[in-house]
Amino acid sequence: MAKYLLLKHYRGAPAAVNDVPMDQWQPEEITAHIKYMQDFAARLEKTGEFVDGQALAPEGTWVRYDGEGRPPVTDGPFAETKDLIAGWMVIDVDSYERAIELAGELSAAPGAGGKPIHEWLEVRPFLAVPPTITE
Amino acid sequence: MDEALLRSLTPAVLGVLVRRGADFAAAEDAVQEALVEAVRVWPADPPRDPKGWLVTVAWRKFLDATRADATRRRREDLVEQEPAGGPASEVDDTLRLYFLCAHPSLTPSSAVALTLRAIGGLTTRQIARAYLVPETTMAQRISRAKRTVSGVRFDRPGDVATVLRVLYLVFNEGYSGDVDLAAEAIRLTRQLAAAIDHPEVAGLLALMLLHHARRAGRIGPDGGLVPLAEQDRARWDGGLIAEGVGILQAALVRDRLGEFQAQAAIAALHADAPTAEETDWVQIVEWYDELVRLTDSPVVRLNRAVAVGEADGPRAGLAALAALDDSLPRHAAVAAHLRERDGDLVTAARLYAEAARKAPNLAERDHLTRQAARLNARLNARGPDPGSRRG
Repeated sequence: MAKYLLLKHYRGAPAAVNDVPMDQWQPEEITAHIKYMQDFAARLEKTGEFVDGQALAPEGTWVRYDGEGRPPVTDGPFAETKDLIAGWMVIDVDSYERAIELAGELSAAPGAGGKPIHEWLEVRPFLAVPPTITE
Repeated sequence: MDEALLRSLTPAVLGVLVRRGADFAAAEDAVQEALVEAVRVWPADPPRDPKGWLVTVAWRKFLDATRADATRRRREDLVEQEPAGGPASEVDDTLRLYFLCAHPSLTPSSAVALTLRAIGGLTTRQIARAYLVPETTMAQRISRAKRTVSGVRFDRPGDVATVLRVLYLVFNEGYSGDVDLAAEAIRLTRQLAAAIDHPEVAGLLALMLLHHARRAGRIGPDGGLVPLAEQDRARWDGGLIAEGVGILQAALVRDRLGEFQAQAAIAALHADAPTAEETDWVQIVEWYDELVRLTDSPVVRLNRAVAVGEADGPRAGLAALAALDDSLPRHAAVAAHLRERDGDLVTAARLYAEAARKAPNLAERDHLTRQAARLNARLNARGPDPGSRRG
């Protein structure tokens, strides 16, 4: 088994095929989209492949250490940040091929006009623990 | 076996151990072990005296756990002691535990976790699941909390307001996980109300019951949030509403108003209205004025602006909103609602979309996105309007 992070971006991913902002969809299309996402996660729980899923607020803050005895420096949020993560799902699957297959299904979530969004998702393998048998 | 009934014995049993001289942290561990044992043994072999059984088993667990020589000497003294009994002291024990677990030296998250375990009798795993953190993290949080209060004397009452804040936090945490935290908060607040005569404890209990009563109406068939005005009132729990209103009325006649009674009064006015249109908004505004006086909270002023919008029209609501800082959470959502009622759909749609971006949870974000989409769909159907679309 290997873990993969499926990353969804607010910004920074190539444009989706069906790229319409959600507030311009029909309300029932939003409902259908949310149901698709919930059903997808529920299905992966049943197959024993779901680990975690979280959504992130669009705005964050940059923080860095500023030396002994000083409070951390904060900056942002920056409107021009190129890459903005919207959320993730962590899956634990038998193969890279399975991870790709699942990301493909997630990208087919319905959007405007009830048609698949064809959204680009980023699939990132976790760095695993070293194996016990190495030779 | 009724697990809630079993857990309701937790504070009394813990109180007995502490009164016999066990230190709080060790006694609490021993009571947890006794609860686990009860869940295992009782279904096949229910005891005639459940509390007596728990005290005996917990005390044995406590003795087993204290092995060092010095402790053994002390323990031999302790074994000789009979617990000081009597129902009056049991009530006092329970009350002291509430104060201890909500002690001001604890952070809110620690106080919540300790209250759920030491008074609620929940296991660390159940609490961890309810708050979506790893069990080891929750175990550390609880043991640190126990260390923090280990030096606190057990014989002095504390401030009821700190206990109420902790119970309010538990209730407000929502309905995720396999433990129903809202129901648990109600159970713990009922238990507290039985132990102490205080109008604000009654006020909080009434507030919880009145909100809990609306729970079935709050979520639609598609799992989305349903706003108060659109809820199917037939799905509200009339029994809980009647109980909440009764408790609130008994508290209010004592003329010691506090913020929880005022909040409960607002919830009761909503519950009383047969339809959304029949809501007594004028009285609700008056209660918000009381709340502003009691708390001076900007969040209360924001909610007051909504009520003013209903009582005196959207323009009045927008005027009340204009005095508030627009960085307040949910400010954009309130502004969107008032703009829509005022007929400015273009601005309302833009504000709903902005509110969705700032929403603190997914359910609200989905709801606000749908509101924006609903208005945009209406605007687009009306034909091209240069102000309604961007890009």
